Amino acid sequence: MSALRPYVAQVGAETYMTLRRGETLLVTVGIPVAFLVFFSTSHVVSTGPGPAVSFFVPGILALAVMSTAMVSLGIATGFERGYGVLKRLGATPLGRPRLLGAKVTTVFFVEVVQAAVLVPVGYALGWQPGHGHAGAAVASALAVAVLATVAFGGIGLLLAGVLRAEVNLAAANGLYLVLLLLGGMVVPLAKLPGALADVARALPAAALSDALHAALGSGSPVPAAAWVTLGGWAVGASALAALTFRWE
Amino acid sequence: MPADGLPGSEARALPAAPAVYCHDLVVRYGPRTAVDHVSLVAGRGEVVCILGPNGAGKTSTVECLEGYRRPASGTLQVLGLNPTTDHRALVARIGVMLQRGGVYPMLGPGHALRLFAAYYERPEDPEALLDRVGLRSVARTPWRHLSGGEQARLSLALALVGRPEVLFLDEPTAGVDPEGRLAVREVIRDARDRGACVLLTTHELTEAERLADRVLVLAQGSVVAEGSPTSLVGEPGAAREVAFGAPPGLDLGELEGVIGAGTTVTEGEPGRYRVTVAIHTATASGGSPQVLGPDVAPGALAATVATWLAGRGVAFSDLRVGRSLEEQYLEVLHTRGEGPEPQAWKPR
Repeated sequence: MSALRPYVAQVGAETYMTLRRGETLLVTVGIPVAFLVFFSTSHVVSTGPGPAVSFFVPGILALAVMSTAMVSLGIATGFERGYGVLKRLGATPLGRPRLLGAKVTTVFFVEVVQAAVLVPVGYALGWQPGHGHAGAAVASALAVAVLATVAFGGIGLLLAGVLRAEVNLAAANGLYLVLLLLGGMVVPLAKLPGALADVARALPAAALSDALHAALGSGSPVPAAAWVTLGGWAVGASALAALTFRWE
Repeated sequence: MPADGLPGSEARALPAAPAVYCHDLVVRYGPRTAVDHVSLVAGRGEVVCILGPNGAGKTSTVECLEGYRRPASGTLQVLGLNPTTDHRALVARIGVMLQRGGVYPMLGPGHALRLFAAYYERPEDPEALLDRVGLRSVARTPWRHLSGGEQARLSLALALVGRPEVLFLDEPTAGVDPEGRLAVREVIRDARDRGACVLLTTHELTEAERLADRVLVLAQGSVVAEGSPTSLVGEPGAAREVAFGAPPGLDLGELEGVIGAGTTVTEGEPGRYRVTVAIHTATASGGSPQVLGPDVAPGALAATVATWLAGRGVAFSDLRVGRSLEEQYLEVLHTRGEGPEPQAWKPR
């Protein structure tokens, strides 16, 4: 009971701060919604057969996971280290497991909020999910989102651990832009030059959007390659983050 | 004193252990030795102040005791526990105030205190603490919008919320306005009176003089003086001095003549005077030391000076007997040839 109280309080504070940071909401909710509406209605990117929105809903959900788990978590953690907050927390009974647990829980909360906004917008734009079994589709999408959250969270915390807060801010945003373009989120991988597409396929962003396109779009099973890539990044990035993480 | 052979890793406080025990602490940053064989002991219900210029090793010493840093060598115990290996057992029983930062910039004092209170088993009531440190009126103001003094008081309150047995305060009054300092001092005395051990650092002499039961003067990583503020000030000979402020350019010779032989009056900086009466002692063969020259009682010396000034219609201020801790501190640093030039040392 009392072991949970610090964790619950920390989740409350982390969620409060995340939802009150204007720049965080912009990158986690504002930009994804704007992209979904813009690309679904403007036809600047051709997405093959079927309504464009059917390509963009899974792609933008992938973007949403990346923006929360990597950009928002990483930047916030970097600044907390810069402000001495992490150092100060190191001298309280909160402890690292409960702090990280609270951060991960908060990321999942925000992702639920993102989905609760993006999915209705998608439906309003005419999205029709794949014809497969709905329960199976949602279950595999959730499993993919959890694995991707660990992978991107690991990348965000790795950057936050090794870079100064301001450099980390720039790096996380830069990486976000690169992975957005190479991630099959707004530009189908098939549109990329062959070699670039091969590189992109090894990155977690494309694996995530591939998996969500399969689960929520065609209703086909998530490709094994996507599971392997996401799993590899999840294990590798979080292990590196744990090794390099600094309180000060 | 506990022997070095005490099982420091045992996660149970020994009843006889002092609150803070530090023996022969050495901290190195690469080739530089920041702390050079520092020893200190602090008991429950005691305020011990580490005083020294920037770079003296104050923060390094405290951060070793807080468990942030591993010393190169030395024996450290806080509440009988090893700060690094028993860190988890210890954090529930200590309170820490960092030199700067340490608080979420978005949280107001009320929210931050409630959050930190949730970390501890038996915390103080955050609301009562808000009142005690005088942050009630800004309870909902985000930390980044608080004044320096308010930020310091919040950091102090966060250090207190877990009812710590040992409080580590790194420069608790740096950048704090006079009103805030009063609040900070009161809260520190309060904690001490409730039996907590308070270890604080400062580079400001007046703070050490006002707050500490015991002062350690640290310079270039070594303890150069130790004692109660009064013992540091009132060492032999010190009471034969009177210092005061008055308009510059007084006739020093006349004042010397009034007091008598062996008197020196100096005007160190314009308008700051110091009257020293030399006490010459000589040991007669087989006898005890004898005082040669005028043996002026400190009170009488002060009275003589005051009378002389008043008789000439000179306005004066800060007349004090003996030496301030500042003068003592500068002399200690200066004598060792390790301190900054005295002129560089002005209390803010």
